[in-house]
Amino acid sequence: MGVNNPFALYKWQALFDARDIFIDGLTTTLEVAIGALILSVLLGIIFGIAGVFPNKFIRVLNRVYVEFFQNTPLVVQVVFIYNALPQIHIVMPVLLIGIIGVGLYTGAYMAEAVRGGILSVSKGQLEAAMSQGFNYWQAMWYIILPQAKRVMLPSMANQAINLVKNTSVLAMIAGGDLMYQADSWSGSNMYYGPAYLTAGVSYWIICFLLSKYINKLEKKAEV
Amino acid sequence: MADLFGLNNFLFLMGGFKVTLEIGFFSIIFSVLIGTLVGIARYLRIPVLGHIGSLYVDIVRNIPCLLCVLIARFMTPLPPTMSGILAMSVFTGAIMAEIVRGGINSVAKGQFEAALSQGLSRWQIVYHIILPQAYRNIIPPMVSQFTTVIKDSSFVWAVGTEELTGRGTILIGRYSDTSHLFIIMGCVALIYFIVNYSLSLVARWEHRRLTAKSY
Repeated sequence: MGVNNPFALYKWQALFDARDIFIDGLTTTLEVAIGALILSVLLGIIFGIAGVFPNKFIRVLNRVYVEFFQNTPLVVQVVFIYNALPQIHIVMPVLLIGIIGVGLYTGAYMAEAVRGGILSVSKGQLEAAMSQGFNYWQAMWYIILPQAKRVMLPSMANQAINLVKNTSVLAMIAGGDLMYQADSWSGSNMYYGPAYLTAGVSYWIICFLLSKYINKLEKKAEV
Repeated sequence: MADLFGLNNFLFLMGGFKVTLEIGFFSIIFSVLIGTLVGIARYLRIPVLGHIGSLYVDIVRNIPCLLCVLIARFMTPLPPTMSGILAMSVFTGAIMAEIVRGGINSVAKGQFEAALSQGLSRWQIVYHIILPQAYRNIIPPMVSQFTTVIKDSSFVWAVGTEELTGRGTILIGRYSDTSHLFIIMGCVALIYFIVNYSLSLVARWEHRRLTAKSY
């Protein structure tokens, strides 16, 4: 149990003493994850529908949004937002930057999932609904999306888990999330072992619980 | 302004781009290798190895890429670029393993039995019968995962490895003007976009070719 053991007992003791920092980080991570998840699902539904919209200009909007956010790194987007906003005199807490950055990025993937789900529902459904007097939005909301759910949910679930993992990007703009706290705490005392293990287990549990919950949703959607 | 577009800045950014490509290239190769080996081990239910493979996938798929980057940098003696390649390979390998598993599962079970009845060994079946068919089906998701590797390699900037994003961020620090910030980050984003969009066009083209061929 010498100094060279990365998981030496006294290092764990130090981590336990500093637990408030880690709990703080975990809270931030959860807040960003929940906020970004809500934002990304909203964006996903809006831009997903835009991707199958009759109007061509709206469909182009969907492509521009999806292609831009899927083909450039989240880190670049977040670093850009972090640096650009103060320059145009918008001051935002880092937490909000995280929610917007991660939400916009994941929204592009959600939009593709929603679009794929809608395309999997046969076209006749929309026509039938509209012939019964539904307008486009009613048909979308009451007829198409409920059927698309079965196809959409698995890939949206995958993206939700990616989203939780990607909230760690906040560490790169001093966002005070779990990864940032683990990184900066261990960076100051070199107790990497316990810090990384604690962070890893925390993320793992969040993702695991999330995937269990989504499995339940999927089962419900199948009935 | 003229200074911003000077040769020095261009070379500076390209130096970072080279590191991004290095990490991307080797991580893609290693992660496909890892994914294939783990996929085979799980498919053949090789004792111990199959279980280790499943455990590896279940653990790594649920932790952030950045954590892998930090562990590889600070808990191994590897130099920066190598530790980046290690982190990205291990992280992406788990995702590749799932993609390979999906591809193997898409091959009809009768193929294995038919080959077995012809006297082929289990390894021969995997190598000559299962993998070629599996790969055909998974090229599109694999290639789109390649774009994720290129994008996620920007996480190594967190440990100070100067790849494209890192070099871009350093450049921002040298100029204070708003327009400079937009131009620099725009260039960085554009470079990523060109690489990744080309890759995703390949994925889409493959997807169309495969679906056209298989009806």
